Amino acid sequence: MKLTKIVLLLGLTSLVPNLATAGTLEDVIKKDSLNCGVSTGIPGFSATDSKGVWKGLDVDFCRSVAAAVLGDTSKVKYIPLTAKERFTALQSGEIDVLARASTWTATRDTSLGLNFIGVNYYDGQGFLVNKSLGIKSAKELDGATFCIQAGTTTELNLTDYFKSEGMEYKAVTYDTSGQTIDGFKKGRCDAVTSDASQLYGLRLKMDDPSTLVVLPEIISKEPLAPVVRQGDDPWFNVVRWTMYATLEAEELGISSSNVDAMMKSTSPAIQRLLGISGQAGENLGLNSDWVYQIVKKVGNYGETFDKNVGKDSPLNIDRGLNKLWNQGGLMYSMPIR
Amino acid sequence: MNKPTPSELANHGFLNSPQNRAIIYQVIALLAVVFVAYYFVNNMFTNIENRGISTGFSFLDNVAGFGISQTLIPYDDGTSTFYDVFIVGLLNTLLVSVIGVFVATVLGLMIGIGRLSQNFLIAKLSLIYIETFRNIPILLQILFWYNVVLAALPSPRQSFTYLDSVFLNTRGLLTPSPIFESGSGFILVAFIVAIISVIFLARWAKKRHELSGEEFPVVKVSIAILILAPLLVYFISGQPISAEYPVLKGFNFKGGFAIMPELLALVFALSIYTATYIAEAVRAGIEAVPSGQKEAAKSLGLKEHVILRKVVLPQALRIIIPPVINQYLNLVKNSSLATAIGYPDIVTLFSGTTLNQVGQAIEIILITMAVYLTISIVISLILNWVNAKMEIKGR
Repeated sequence: MKLTKIVLLLGLTSLVPNLATAGTLEDVIKKDSLNCGVSTGIPGFSATDSKGVWKGLDVDFCRSVAAAVLGDTSKVKYIPLTAKERFTALQSGEIDVLARASTWTATRDTSLGLNFIGVNYYDGQGFLVNKSLGIKSAKELDGATFCIQAGTTTELNLTDYFKSEGMEYKAVTYDTSGQTIDGFKKGRCDAVTSDASQLYGLRLKMDDPSTLVVLPEIISKEPLAPVVRQGDDPWFNVVRWTMYATLEAEELGISSSNVDAMMKSTSPAIQRLLGISGQAGENLGLNSDWVYQIVKKVGNYGETFDKNVGKDSPLNIDRGLNKLWNQGGLMYSMPIR
Repeated sequence: MNKPTPSELANHGFLNSPQNRAIIYQVIALLAVVFVAYYFVNNMFTNIENRGISTGFSFLDNVAGFGISQTLIPYDDGTSTFYDVFIVGLLNTLLVSVIGVFVATVLGLMIGIGRLSQNFLIAKLSLIYIETFRNIPILLQILFWYNVVLAALPSPRQSFTYLDSVFLNTRGLLTPSPIFESGSGFILVAFIVAIISVIFLARWAKKRHELSGEEFPVVKVSIAILILAPLLVYFISGQPISAEYPVLKGFNFKGGFAIMPELLALVFALSIYTATYIAEAVRAGIEAVPSGQKEAAKSLGLKEHVILRKVVLPQALRIIIPPVINQYLNLVKNSSLATAIGYPDIVTLFSGTTLNQVGQAIEIILITMAVYLTISIVISLILNWVNAKMEIKGR
């Protein structure tokens, strides 16, 4: 049960002395394994396939960190967490990094003792309804009942939106995304509201996806970002620059298929990124080939996006805001030099 | 050489005294417990401070800003605070517990007596009921009833309806809610007067029965008074109570009084499960009454139901009450499984949503645990008092 789990985590908090100063990077290297907090099943972000293998954008982020630090993407231990367990699990040290489609907000960043490392997916909240309702816009949802997941920013945005539109609503709050979609299937509610990316995934889980539509309105900003504990700067740096490295690799045209050839490139920027020149890896406390390991074993950001949520996946979500900055999106890596 | 007596041995040296040693061991044990507790608590607070996690209870005054599907007090998404959320959750937990305890008691009493029935069918059906529902985990039963309730019900537009005023659909059970207009106070007064007169009637009838042995149909007359008096005033004062009917507007019904399916499923599961244990307690209690008592009552010519009510149950209750207290406590604690089906009880709302919005796990879990502890202790105290009243008095 959730309560016992949280109590257990609290117990762990008191048992493990001063984790924050022990250094997560050394810990991860010493135990030769990365504990990564993921969702209990959000298609495209973190979900198991038919063989029980974890797949998704967030899962690939965990694998990237493991590749950079340990040089092996199989050394990740995935810990599935519900929305309301996730931050406690990170605070207590049960996981080293949380990659669970978590929205970056001021309250979470400042009051939980956690730090968001940077946005790996720009999202927004949308609505999923049955086509048979004949609704074209979220403005027609006055009086509707919504299925939502507990402990999310979704709950708060829904209130804000309906207040500002002067409409009424009812919310049925479930524990996991599985229960949420189940409630919707059984007709407990008229609509599901969640991050738009998740709605596309939930739609695929339904018996007949063609009977459902995602409404055009996006009612909030949902910058989804991986999270680490506050006060452990070396680890924060490693996780943050792992993400930048995947973006930089895409920008420079380095992918998992051509990375070996790129090792011979004469371009100074590529040489720096792949660790042939410069000190980037050593400064982070990693091997100099850390970016090579990431790109070779996981791929650059564009590859993981297309494979998990984009054009090569069943979700087929348009890249939109998640394009690179020089292609009209918001994805921008700080220079690695 | 003289052998020393035990008392001489005990006086020989401070450490050799059994009393002193007992005290020393206890002090050492106590110190160890205090030290371990101090170590954990201190560690916890040091870690929390190191990580910059907020502490304290000031979050209770912050605006919560999320919607709740069932609120027994006025609750506004935009202005109500986390303290209001706490009260809403607490009341929802109490609501499901009170209804659950009531239904479970009635059901358990009936099944328990049915188990001892001479009628083969009733006895066996009761046995099957008990053995089935007692041996399935409560969480599964909650999920089962929730899925059954939702699967069996139609969408709001195809509701089951009775006289266009009571509707049953996936949004719950909707009934008309009363609107009290001016003058409805008289009806309340009439009702109170009716209750008082019924009490006096019962006393008078009892006295007359003891004096003359004549029976008076107290129950029938009482019901008639309780219904007729307020009804009479209702028509005299010009029908001041009207009803607001639920109406299908857009997606859902508006107006009226709604019982949500989560509450229905939870009450179903909790009371059906707990009733099996209560039934067994009732059966055990009744079987523990010496059969001589029943035979003696029979030889006096009392009817079966009178024997049950006047001879068997009063004695059986003394045995039944203690295990039933346990079941009430279990029911309250099991109600926290509401979180599995999205019923907004204290665990779902407070140590679920609130914990995640605020992030102060320790304070919130402590408050939630304190709530269950308090409810359980209060129930124990009340029923212990009842138990003391029912106990055999030394005569």
